[in-house]
Amino acid sequence: MVAREFFKSLGVSLWFMVLTFPLVAVRVNTIENTIQWRWANLAIVGVGAFVLSAVWRWALVRRETMLANAASGAGERSVRVWDSPVVTRTLGAALLVVFMGIPWLVSTYQTNILISFFLYVMLGIGLNIVVGVAGLLFLGYAAFYAIGAYAYALLNHYFGWGFWTVLPMGGVLAAVAGVLLAFPVLRLRGDYLAIVTLGFGEIVRLVLENWSDLTGGPSGISNIDRPGFFGQEMTVAGTNIYIYYIVFVAVLVTFVVAERLKDSRVGRALQALREDEIACEAMGIDRVGVKLMAFGLGTAWAGFAGVIFAAKTTFINPASFTFFESAIILSIVVLGGMGSNWGVILGAAFLVLLPEYMRAFSEYRMILFAAAMVLMMVFRPQGMIPARSKQYRIVDRELELSGE
Amino acid sequence: MESVLDVRSVSMNFGGLRALNDVTVVVRDGEIVSLIGPNGAGKTTFFNCVTSIYKPTEGEVYFTPRGSAPLRISGMKPNAVTALGMARTFQNIRLFQNMSVLENVMVARHCRTKAGIFGAVFRPGWVRREEAEIVEKSYALLKALGLHRWYNELAANLPYGQQRRLEIARALATEPRLLLLDEPAAGMNPQETAALKDLVLQIRDQFGLTILLIEHDMSMVMSISERIYVMEYGCLIAEGTPEAVSHDPRVIKAYLGEVEHA
Amino acid sequence: MDVQYFFELFLSGLTRGSIYALIAIGYTMVYGIIELINFAHGEIYMIGAFTGLIVAGILGTMGFPLPAILVLAVLVSMIYCAGYGYTIEKIAYKPLRQAGRLSPLISAIGMSLFLQNYVILVQTSDFVPFPSLIPEFAFLEPIAHIFASSDFLIVVVSAVLMAGLTLFIKYTKMGKAMRATAQNRKMAMLLGIDADRVISVTFIIGSALAAVGGVLIASHVGMVNFAIGFLAGIKAFTAAVLGGIGSLPGAMLGGLFLGLSESFGAGYISSDYEDVFAFSLLVIFLIFRPSGIMGKAKVEKV
Repeated sequence: MVAREFFKSLGVSLWFMVLTFPLVAVRVNTIENTIQWRWANLAIVGVGAFVLSAVWRWALVRRETMLANAASGAGERSVRVWDSPVVTRTLGAALLVVFMGIPWLVSTYQTNILISFFLYVMLGIGLNIVVGVAGLLFLGYAAFYAIGAYAYALLNHYFGWGFWTVLPMGGVLAAVAGVLLAFPVLRLRGDYLAIVTLGFGEIVRLVLENWSDLTGGPSGISNIDRPGFFGQEMTVAGTNIYIYYIVFVAVLVTFVVAERLKDSRVGRALQALREDEIACEAMGIDRVGVKLMAFGLGTAWAGFAGVIFAAKTTFINPASFTFFESAIILSIVVLGGMGSNWGVILGAAFLVLLPEYMRAFSEYRMILFAAAMVLMMVFRPQGMIPARSKQYRIVDRELELSGE
Repeated sequence: MESVLDVRSVSMNFGGLRALNDVTVVVRDGEIVSLIGPNGAGKTTFFNCVTSIYKPTEGEVYFTPRGSAPLRISGMKPNAVTALGMARTFQNIRLFQNMSVLENVMVARHCRTKAGIFGAVFRPGWVRREEAEIVEKSYALLKALGLHRWYNELAANLPYGQQRRLEIARALATEPRLLLLDEPAAGMNPQETAALKDLVLQIRDQFGLTILLIEHDMSMVMSISERIYVMEYGCLIAEGTPEAVSHDPRVIKAYLGEVEHA
Repeated sequence: MDVQYFFELFLSGLTRGSIYALIAIGYTMVYGIIELINFAHGEIYMIGAFTGLIVAGILGTMGFPLPAILVLAVLVSMIYCAGYGYTIEKIAYKPLRQAGRLSPLISAIGMSLFLQNYVILVQTSDFVPFPSLIPEFAFLEPIAHIFASSDFLIVVVSAVLMAGLTLFIKYTKMGKAMRATAQNRKMAMLLGIDADRVISVTFIIGSALAAVGGVLIASHVGMVNFAIGFLAGIKAFTAAVLGGIGSLPGAMLGGLFLGLSESFGAGYISSDYEDVFAFSLLVIFLIFRPSGIMGKAKVEKV
């Protein structure tokens, strides 16, 4: 048994050493015609593949037995810490207090990292409404982020409009764009929808890149005004803290709205759409209306986040809104748990905060998260904090009397 | 008596295939009418035409909502038809698997409630009352169908027979006048089927329903139907009381004969 | 109208189109059989180009003649990419056969990002010059300014490979098994076809063809970079959609159609919006004619 597993792992290890040999062990310089051999890398691959293949097979077997267990017996739902309102409220309050105080205790640099963390939480929650709740796979989300950011940058650049004027407009513009995109794609679903939204995202980016007269092309727009505070002059550090609080409040609003939405009449319709479009329609839900709503509700947050982003960096260009950006936001949602807003917070912490605080490991950041996306789908498709249907508490005397 | 459903010469083509050919069906208030026929006779296609999931190639469908004149519904959107008071179940169960049993029923209250995005976010008093009412009515329906002890379970975790019942509960939550049941007894054992039969009679009286039923189980069809329509190859071949239909030579040849051999 | 300019655009469209078609085959075959958009396919093409670069580099320092280097670079790269395609399927898609449609798609996106970052990590994130491996053909001398030897070779090699693949699908036992599996996987399995093997072979063939495209285009353009797979992948996918995804001749036609329309669009309208043009075609076709130029619509079963 052990011997068999050993040889299996050995085989996999050899396979990967052969497979990755050219790319991992050789590097050529075609200008100077020199070749660099890196045998040590190959050894790392060999050992890594040996160990990982054993873990992989163990995990697959474990997955099978768990699936079998779930299939037999009408799965009793385990009680989770996350489901207790006491726990979430305490945790929420604690986080609230910590995040309220933090900018006064840490450097501007740290505050900046937290601002970008909050922006990703906002984006994640917004995308979660579309992908996690309504089940519409959306790959061009960064386009709506771009719409918000460019709305502020352009209106500020050409007309001198301020942050607070444009903030609501950015959200509305993104929502309108989302609804407009939704119209033609109503009939599509699943993978076709994913590709169309990806195409849309790239079109938006390419237009921003090529319409140089308006957008400044690849070099973007600089000197965007920071948010004003009743006309007061502020230091750079002061403005930073100010933006921190703006973004923090924005995240709170996003979170509360998304949570309330999920357990409402509208939210249930969105979930029904995710589960079964035909049954959803047969239950009297207007599929078209609900889909448009899902797009609009999801993309508005990207618009708000975009305006804040432009105000924070004071400089934007199309490179911030690539497919890569959409993929990061999607992985935040997927790793955290589709449909779960607490999951998004954890996912964003993993993808944004962790690499910042583990500098040594930042080189490996994307490859690790890409690997995590695949592994998550294979072994834990529901994410780190899976979404769960709301648990209702109904007092029913008769049910209690019948001894259940 | 007033007709609730009036299907006039409906035909349905898929490409070159004629799935329904000139089918005319009338269902009157308070009746239980069954539609039977061999597999592939076009019964489910007929349901899809009636509920507007498909638009019939030819012919018209009229439905009479409570307290209203007959309305032409062919060509309307399925959700609009549901809002008028027609609900259905599906042959291949189509529950919202990852939502709880209670939520499945709550979803179906959609067309009888009003709260929108604004209401969801700000939760004014009327929205909270509406929400409480949704929960209460949905739970009452679960109780009527004996599903209440599982109300917080995921629909996917219910045993098969209970899933079929949940489909009925969900359909009832839309407050229908006409209920269309697509093979509700499929996959059930004789005891379960007998219980289902009682249930259908009970909900008809309790909710004042008119019921159109597709079913293969002959004991059930014969014992609860007031009238039966028989289909074969997309055409109606007979119509009448259970007694009359079971003696119709064409039906015996086309359908009952097949059952005897099976 | 300037006839020579027209021909120039036509021929350059033909070259592009051939490459799109070669990559599109991988998308369309995989989609036909497991209904998955293999997002990582563009990255296979990119890895093919890098493998070609490394083989060419090694052989170059050993003093091999140019044609031999080209042939070996293409062959080795095909073998390696086949290996990558096979391995990717086993890791990222096979465990998700029963998992609905969202999970494999996300897994595919993860795999695509993984391969890009893998190449950044073990090679470089910079643009790398790629040696010109394609010899100048003497008989093309008179028209070399509008149709270079590399263009010629790309078009010919693609045509030969596609013809070969068509024959393979039509006449071999494996080809028939593939068609049967694409029609109805369950039925094919009941008839004793090993669906897992068919799927593996599909990935192997698609990846090997993408590798050929990768090496040839890298040599033609003279540059490789970890990110080239993304754009090429999307465009090839567009080609597959234009031709009706799942259809092999459709992918070839779609590739040519996209290549030519891009070339003419860039030549007569504006080259700035060349990529916008391709993406717009993709979006428009998916929305209004998801079954492709020639395809038929499907009715969903309730």
